[in-house]
Amino acid sequence: MRRLKLRLLVPLGLGFAFLYLPILLMVAFSFNDSRMVTEFTGFSWRWYGALFANEALMQALFLSLRIAAISATMATILGTLAGFALFRFARFRGRALFGAIMAAPLVMPEVITGLSLLLLFVGLESAFGFPVGRGADTVAIAHATFGAAYVAVVIQARLADFDLSLEEAAMDLGARPWKVFCVITLPLIAPGVVAGWLLAFTLSLDDLVIASFVSGPGASTLPMVIFSAVRLGLTPELYALATLLLVAVALALLVALRFGLAPGRAP
Amino acid sequence: MNRARWLVLALPVVWMALFFAAPFAIVFSIGFTESAEGIPPYAPLLRWREDGSPYLQLNLENFRLLFDDPFYIEAYLRSLRVAAISAALCLLIGYPMALAIVRAPARWRAALLMLVVLPFWTSFLLRVTAWIGLLQDRGWINSALLALGVVEAPVALLYTDLAMYLGITYCYLPFMVLPIYATLSKLDDSLLEAAADLGARPVRAFLSITLPLSLPGIIAGFLLVFIPAVGEFVIPELLGGPGAQLIGRVLWTEFFQNRDWPLASALAVVLLIALVVPIGLFQARAARA
Amino acid sequence: MNLAAVGRPGTPEPWRDPDAVPFLRIEGVTKRFGSFVALDDVSLSIYRGELFALLGGSGSGKSTLLRCLAGFLELDAGRIILDGQDMAGVAPYARPVNMMFQSYALFPHMSVAQNIAFGLKQEGMPKPAIAARVTEMLALTRMEGFGDRRPAQLSGGQKARVALARALAKRPKLLLLDEPLSALDKNLREATQFELVNIQERTGTTFIIVTHDQEEAMTMATRLAVMDRGTLAQIGTPGEVYEYPNSRFTAEFLGTANILEGVIERGEGGGARIGSSEYEFDIVTSSPAPKPVGSRVFVALRPERMRIARVASGTPHADNRLVGRVRDIAYFGDFFMVHVAMEGGRTLRVSLPNLRRITERPVDWEDVVAITWDADAGVVLPE
Repeated sequence: MRRLKLRLLVPLGLGFAFLYLPILLMVAFSFNDSRMVTEFTGFSWRWYGALFANEALMQALFLSLRIAAISATMATILGTLAGFALFRFARFRGRALFGAIMAAPLVMPEVITGLSLLLLFVGLESAFGFPVGRGADTVAIAHATFGAAYVAVVIQARLADFDLSLEEAAMDLGARPWKVFCVITLPLIAPGVVAGWLLAFTLSLDDLVIASFVSGPGASTLPMVIFSAVRLGLTPELYALATLLLVAVALALLVALRFGLAPGRAP
Repeated sequence: MNRARWLVLALPVVWMALFFAAPFAIVFSIGFTESAEGIPPYAPLLRWREDGSPYLQLNLENFRLLFDDPFYIEAYLRSLRVAAISAALCLLIGYPMALAIVRAPARWRAALLMLVVLPFWTSFLLRVTAWIGLLQDRGWINSALLALGVVEAPVALLYTDLAMYLGITYCYLPFMVLPIYATLSKLDDSLLEAAADLGARPVRAFLSITLPLSLPGIIAGFLLVFIPAVGEFVIPELLGGPGAQLIGRVLWTEFFQNRDWPLASALAVVLLIALVVPIGLFQARAARA
Repeated sequence: MNLAAVGRPGTPEPWRDPDAVPFLRIEGVTKRFGSFVALDDVSLSIYRGELFALLGGSGSGKSTLLRCLAGFLELDAGRIILDGQDMAGVAPYARPVNMMFQSYALFPHMSVAQNIAFGLKQEGMPKPAIAARVTEMLALTRMEGFGDRRPAQLSGGQKARVALARALAKRPKLLLLDEPLSALDKNLREATQFELVNIQERTGTTFIIVTHDQEEAMTMATRLAVMDRGTLAQIGTPGEVYEYPNSRFTAEFLGTANILEGVIERGEGGGARIGSSEYEFDIVTSSPAPKPVGSRVFVALRPERMRIARVASGTPHADNRLVGRVRDIAYFGDFFMVHVAMEGGRTLRVSLPNLRRITERPVDWEDVVAITWDADAGVVLPE
């Protein structure tokens, strides 16, 4: 059994300290009795209560969850098809261009993506009268677009570990290509599909810049509301929200680990 | 290419063409329009003469402004500088972490990676918020420093360049750790064993074998941090001072506050051109993988 | 050359029957990958009920040919005609051919029974019939009771049997086996070889096995083809190919052979006399030479057809006898391989059964020995 040498353990520990100190502080102070952000006066649940009573925040949360679910599903469908095509289809016309387009959202600065999508929606509206105004739909479309790029990456990584002879065996036994995909390939890359969905969901839930550009009146997403709140000043309600999110994600990841969906491990 | 393949490709191709590729063309064209009142706040590009023939009203003022006014050029250069430094910081912190995880016992690796990725799955915005809490005058760091008697007055940490570097490094760290980990984990252990067998001490083996062979991961991680960081808006806005006018912030201001869509578009176009080389590099490596 | 039947008496040999119609005709098949020619104008006829082996090293084209038969590769030239039907353009799922994969390719998310049933489901067979066939296949491969297990819970040998059962479930006209036993250890491999032959004889399915293991091919096959760089070097029963190789390549590929070069001096008593300026002995064979007098030829001598004994130093060479010195002895448990150095430096190999014990071997290092062989031991290679 290899034990980790001290000279590696120290940077690892420091790195994790760097990553988690702000988070732990937030969690701790979400239970602070007073409004003061730095002095701990006592243990209290009041900020959690204030959080759930904050209508604007709650409304934004549910809107964001809805948009995230819809856009993640669209992104997963798009990304799975694209990832499959890019990995499996050896050569087709425009493959390099398509691959470039699928990879671009991964690095493109969000201000550019947001601005360009808004201009598109405005242009479409003035030319075709559709989509009417901007709101949850346009945000969902925007999120599905960059989400697809991430899903495609996850799917391609999953396919790289896939044993092609399983598909050949299925074809040899009489299954046509579409049947092979549904009965053999898809079930075996399912963990990747789920991981992709979760990734797209998280990215959608978290997006501020693009949503700000393409959203409309009455459709304020959670990040947009948080951003305005932060500009006005920090309140521990935000810490309570952060803690809840952290707990939710940690639980989800534990469940994923339990079912063998850990990154870098094949089922 | 046969029909079955086209069926698979049709949806993603059409979608991305419409919602990703086409918008770029539109941004490019809007950069050439004039700012105007009304909705949308720009004059149309395509106009008609009295005789009914169309012509393009190209307005080069936006682009000229970008190059004449030093404010914008400085903003671009500042953005590139900040992004590069942040990416370097991410590398300094992230590489040892990735190396440590790779060398850790196998059953811990999944959990350690999960711990690196976990913060990424919580809210980006809220994590930046935490840094405000840490860095502000009455924040956690200053309170600790004051309490320990290290300083007598609060140190200005927030709204500085340092705050920006910390924020960007903090938020983008997973994007550096994961690619480096992926490359390191594919390295053959027996290479290091061979180096040791031939007389190389661990540090030497690291410098001659591990480091060069992990270069693809380093470059991928660097690009994954650098390119989006150039256009970063939230962190400079919340953590940077008034002088921290990075291009993402400038674009936002021009768009939302000044309602100057054409100028914002021109800014976006020039930003894209500035990033063409790194993006191309990223694409080339992604295609090769 | 009298090619007496070299198989079990009563075994049919359709390839000798001029009226027999081949079940599988491979005609002029060529397959290229870029500039690399994997198969070069390969033609072969295989008859129903044969257990045919494609034998060759890596890059010989044997796996490529198999994949062409399965339908995973398209031919650049030539035809494949199975039971009278041209397979051109017929996809793998539409061919009456099934394959047992080298990696077994068992579907990990299905049970053993579901794996075996897979092909039957694709045909639309009714459920009760499928269940009956699955039971039959499990019994055939002696995997009864394993129906509900998952592939991950099986040992290598068990996986091989499930892969076979799955491939036979549809009663294909042709079964292709791609190095089916390469992942098994020696003892398991031998046992499985016998099982495979038994199953083939019971079901009467035509088998084509690809292997690089010549012992496997020789023990299992009714006929085999030795492949070399995309072409067929020799086709025949194992006995024919081993006893009468047609070239240096085949002689050295199957078993070991000592190859001596010489010139045909004259015919002698129904056979030929071959001499050489390099050696002082002549080789006399009992079969007529395939080439005219005066030609340079290679003669193959198998180590097990040669006898070795200690002699006094200075003993002369003679017809079918040479004298040399033992340079090395390799111990294989059941026999010795004695390496004898001739004058001039060449080494010949002679095998010696280990009848007593290693400590009581008949020859020793540095002994002067005479190697002798009978007139029917030497085979003049046609090329």
